[in-house]
Formats: sequence, C-alpha cells, structure tokens
Amino acid sequence: MATPPPNPLRRFLTATEIDTRMLGMIGALIAIWISLHIASGGVFLTPRNLWNLSVQASSIAVMSTGMVLIIVTRHIDLSAGSVLGFTAMMMGVMQAEWLPGIIGYDNGMTWVIALVFGMGIGALIGAFHGYIIAYMGVPAFIVTLGGLLAWRGAAWWVTSGRTVAPMDETFRLFGGGTMGSIGAFWTWVVAGVISLAILVSLILARRQRSRFGFPKRPIWAELFLALAGCGIAFGAAAIANAYPWPRRVTERYAEAQGIVIPEGGLHYVHGFAVPVLIALGVGVVMTLIATRTKFGRYVFAIGGNPEAADLAGIDTRMVTLKIFALMGILCAIGAAISTARLNAATNAQGTLDELYVIAAAVIGGTSLGGGVGTIMGAMIGALVMQSLQSGMVLMGVDTPLQSMVVGAVLVFAVWLDTLYRKGKA
Amino acid sequence: MTPLVEMKDISISFGGVHAVEDVSVDLYPGEVVALLGHNGAGKSTLIKILSGAYKRDAGEIRIRGEAATIANPRDAKSYGIETIYQTLALADNVDAAANLFLGREIMTPWGTLDDGAMEAETRKVMGRLNPNFKRFKEPVRALSGGQRQSVAIARALLFNAKILIMDEPTAALGPQETAQVADLTQQLKGEDLGIFLISHDIDDVFELADRLAVMKNGKLVGSAKVTDVTKDEVLGMIILGKCPPGATPGPGAASAEELAGILP
Repeated sequence: MATPPPNPLRRFLTATEIDTRMLGMIGALIAIWISLHIASGGVFLTPRNLWNLSVQASSIAVMSTGMVLIIVTRHIDLSAGSVLGFTAMMMGVMQAEWLPGIIGYDNGMTWVIALVFGMGIGALIGAFHGYIIAYMGVPAFIVTLGGLLAWRGAAWWVTSGRTVAPMDETFRLFGGGTMGSIGAFWTWVVAGVISLAILVSLILARRQRSRFGFPKRPIWAELFLALAGCGIAFGAAAIANAYPWPRRVTERYAEAQGIVIPEGGLHYVHGFAVPVLIALGVGVVMTLIATRTKFGRYVFAIGGNPEAADLAGIDTRMVTLKIFALMGILCAIGAAISTARLNAATNAQGTLDELYVIAAAVIGGTSLGGGVGTIMGAMIGALVMQSLQSGMVLMGVDTPLQSMVVGAVLVFAVWLDTLYRKGKA
Repeated sequence: MTPLVEMKDISISFGGVHAVEDVSVDLYPGEVVALLGHNGAGKSTLIKILSGAYKRDAGEIRIRGEAATIANPRDAKSYGIETIYQTLALADNVDAAANLFLGREIMTPWGTLDDGAMEAETRKVMGRLNPNFKRFKEPVRALSGGQRQSVAIARALLFNAKILIMDEPTAALGPQETAQVADLTQQLKGEDLGIFLISHDIDDVFELADRLAVMKNGKLVGSAKVTDVTKDEVLGMIILGKCPPGATPGPGAASAEELAGILP
C-alpha cells in the first residue's frame, strides 16, 4: 500500500529542502514588520526606515556571525561589546592621532592601516581569551566576563576617557550615511551579482548531485529557490533605491561638484549602504567558513560531542582558540562600522552590545545546547532585534520599556528553542 | 613472528589511583584478543592508552616491533589503530558522512570540503556493512542504536585499520545485529587485522576470541588461549583473581594465601 500523500506544505518543504526553523524565523520577521507597520501608523515599512534599519543592524549582525560559532561549541562571549569599545578606540586613535603625524592627514592608506590594526588587535584579544579558555581550562563565561570589565577599562585608559574625533574621510564610508552608500547604478549591479551567484550555486549544487547520483530537487523547487533568491536581491535593491538623498544634501553636493540643478530638482538615491554590504560580505564568508571548511566542520562536531571530536583526532583546543580569535576580528569590524557611523570613538561604545549579539544568535536559531546554529539565522536574528527596537522608537515607546520588551523577546526565543529541541528529541 | 602490538609494563594513575599498573599484553595479526574484567578493572583505560585518548605514565608500546609514540588519537590513527568506543563517540549533530570522515575530510582542489565525494564513499561503505541504511542526510542523533553502531564501525574500517579496538561493540545491539558484528569480526580476522575486544559477555569472548587477558584492580591477573581454559576458570580470574593452571599468571594474580583467605 502506498503511503498517504503528505500535505502540500510538507511536500514543498521537502522538495526545496528549506529548514522549517529558518522558514519560521522569516515568517516571524514578516509578522513583526507588518504589526509594527500597523502599530506605528504606517511609517515602518518605508524605504527610509528599512534603509536605516539595515544600517543600524549591520554592526550587531557582523558580530552575531561569530557568536554563532562560539555558542555552537557551548561557550559564550560576554566581552564582545567591550572588545568593540577597545578596538574602536585603538582604530580611532590610530587614524586621528598617530597616523597624521607619520603619513599626514588625508592619506589614502589611513583607513586601511587603521582597519587592519584594529582587526589585528581584535584577533589578539580573542586569541588571548581563547587561550585561557582552551588551554588553561577557565570557563568562557568567566574569561569573557573578566574581558567585559577589563576591555571596557582599557578603552577608557587609551585616552583617559576622552572622545576621539573626527575619523578619516574614507574610513567614514563604513558607517553608511548619504556618502557611504553606493547609489542606484551600483546597487542594481550588486543585486545582479548576488542573483548570478545564487543561480550559479544552485546549478553547481545540482551538477554535484548528478556527479554522485544523489537524489535531486525537482525542477520546480529549483526554480522557486532561484526566483525567491533573485526576487529578494532585486526587491532589496529597489527599496534601497527608493530612498532619495535629502534635498539639502543634494544641493550641497551639486554645489561642491559644480552641477547645475535642473528644473524639477536633482534626484539622487542612496542605494545599498556600505555597512550593509560589509555585513552581507561577512555573512557570505562566515557561511563558507562554517559549512565548507574543515574548521567549520570541526566547530559543529565539537558542539555536538566534544569528547567524540577529541577522540576523532581533532585538536579541539586549537579550534576553540581560533573561534575566539575570529570573534575578536568580527568585533573589530563591528567597531569600524559603529565608529564610522558616529564619526568618533568613545569609551562607552558598544556597551551592552554583547547582549544584543547573543540575543541575535539565539533568536536566529543557535541552540544554547550546542551543535546547532546558522550564520544566516543569526543575521536575520539581528534584523529582528533591530526591527523591534526601531519599531518601538517609531511608536514612541519609552527607552526603559524598550529594554523590557527586548529582554522578554530573548527569553521567549530561548523557550521556543527548548520546545523545538524537545519535539526533535 | 613479531607481534602487531606489544604493550609492556603500562601504568597510568589518576590522582593517586592506579587505574592501570604494570600491564603487559600483545596482539598478533589475524588474532582476536579479549580483555575481560569487572567495571573499573582498567580495561577501557588500558585501551584508551593505545588509542591515544590517555597518555601513559610508564611503559612501552611497540607496533610491529618498533617503539611507537602515541600522544593523541591522531598519532594512534597514523599507526593504523582504529577504535570503536563503547559510547560510540559520534558527533551527534552531523550526518553519517561527516562522522565517517571526521578529522580526515576529503577536500576539493579549492581547499573546501568535498561533501559529495564523502557522501558517495559513505554510501559505498555503508552499503557493505548495513545495506538497509538510507538515512544519509540526517544527523546521527536521529538514528537507531544499531544504525549508530554501523556508523561507528564503518568509520573504523574506512581507513584500512590494521589494529582494531572494539570496546563493548555489541552492548547496544539486538541479537541480529550482534550476529552481524560476529560475522564482521571473523571477516576482519581473515584480512589479518589484529583485534582487541573488550567485553563483559563470556560467551561472546569464547566464540570470537583466540586469546584472553583478565584484569582486576588495574593489574593483569593472567592471560590464556581460550582453548586452554574453561568459562568457569575465567570467571574465577575475573571475580577472585585466581589464575588457573592453563593460563600464564600476571602481576595481579592472587597468591595461594590470599585465595585461602577468601575461599572457605
């Protein structure tokens, strides 16, 4: 007797191989967006707000990708915000105070040196944490709790609490804003490149399956995935391109460039912001690291069963050290984005960021039990967190109440994770 | 003939407790040597020294007559020593292929994981071991006890093991799967592998092993060919440490006076 045909939704999910958890998260994001849109009286789902949202979420999204790997291996990093603060301060001092004396102001290399310097420091701090955790056996919770205090103190100590400003002209592009966006033409190009990459990867995956004679997805499922991927890329581009420059900025720009403003006014649009592109780039690279490299495979194996990983001959301590070093680098990238956005480095920068980063990873489906989590999920998690926050700002909710809601959502997400795991077991 | 493995005067202690003390065992190609003893007698600890999970405090390991340095599981694997652990030691959250190749992944020319090649190889091995196995895409957690066992065995066999350690290989299995493991053991013996078998089940040991070694309180009571001793005598070795005439006594064998004190 044939098995009864499964319901259409289940068949769709099996054919497309979309993770139910991921689908649930995207559904939750859409639900949150629509409710916030209605609750805020129709100002949430506007190009301007969505554009701002994407920029504000970038720094947390970048760091959350590293937090996934840390939580997957059953560790935690409470020091992310403080490491961000310290590396931000170091990058700020480097470009605003040290480099001008050596290579002069407005040197084209300033931003490169500052960024590489910050990422190097981040890597060292992370490796240091990782060394204490992996080789000296101190729990990550304690090491990074110490780091939370120590690096915040260090950030203050660099300039005795003085705020460092302004940042290098090119470096500031990391922060987005009108100038830190790539404009209409390049936004379409980026959307085209992303779509092409999606198509190529789908075709390659299909060819790989043919090569080994594995079951393939039905053609309609492949088409659906291709269309959905390209649709999202071009949809996002269209939204980013629907957010025009403010009139004042356009006029100033026209004046500076010597452009005569034609009748009916000049129309420039923002397009994708640089920090968003950085976050997307980090997401792609981290996904490749997590799913296509030995290192990533070991991270998940350790998370599933640390002893088994050890017995399989994996150098689990070195992997742990590398995970934390990677987190340090990502904190520095997050620091570059937030420093550039503020156009200043302050010793309070990134305060409480660790909690948002952890929340983003957990809301994005990273299981605190270890072994489970995706980079894309964490980035969507960051978007959910930022949506809630900016939605509440639009609705005029008081700041203390915002924190309470965010806290409650975090606990709710972990509860859902617990339910999900019980159902699976 | 040189033994495949010689472990001489091996000792290890944890915080003052001598888990293994001056134990010597050897293993020849095409032979199954069973290790017997109570829980806590030191069998698993001894075997974990050979598989690189623990570092010995004293003693010598020779592989094919040459002194071997085994400081971690990677070293052991480089000598062709593969282990099927009692706990199976599988990474529960990844699929069968990832487990089989854990630590020895197949890479593409671009330095990325070649999951396709690994899955194809896994399908081949599993097809031989357990033709009913179809759940290649699921995390190992979702598999049944017998299926998980097949994955653990496949992993040990995939890389042409010369020395196989099986720690309670049938503890989690039903009768049919246990018979499969017995068949497999015979087949591997024919391929000149040396097998250390840790088991609680005396019947299993007499069926599968050529020789046996009994441990008690971390010491070797004695070793014997299975044909030279009876099941009752082996039980006497395990429980009392009494070495029968057919066996070669080790440092842990109880003396006549000790036995006189225990026996009426």
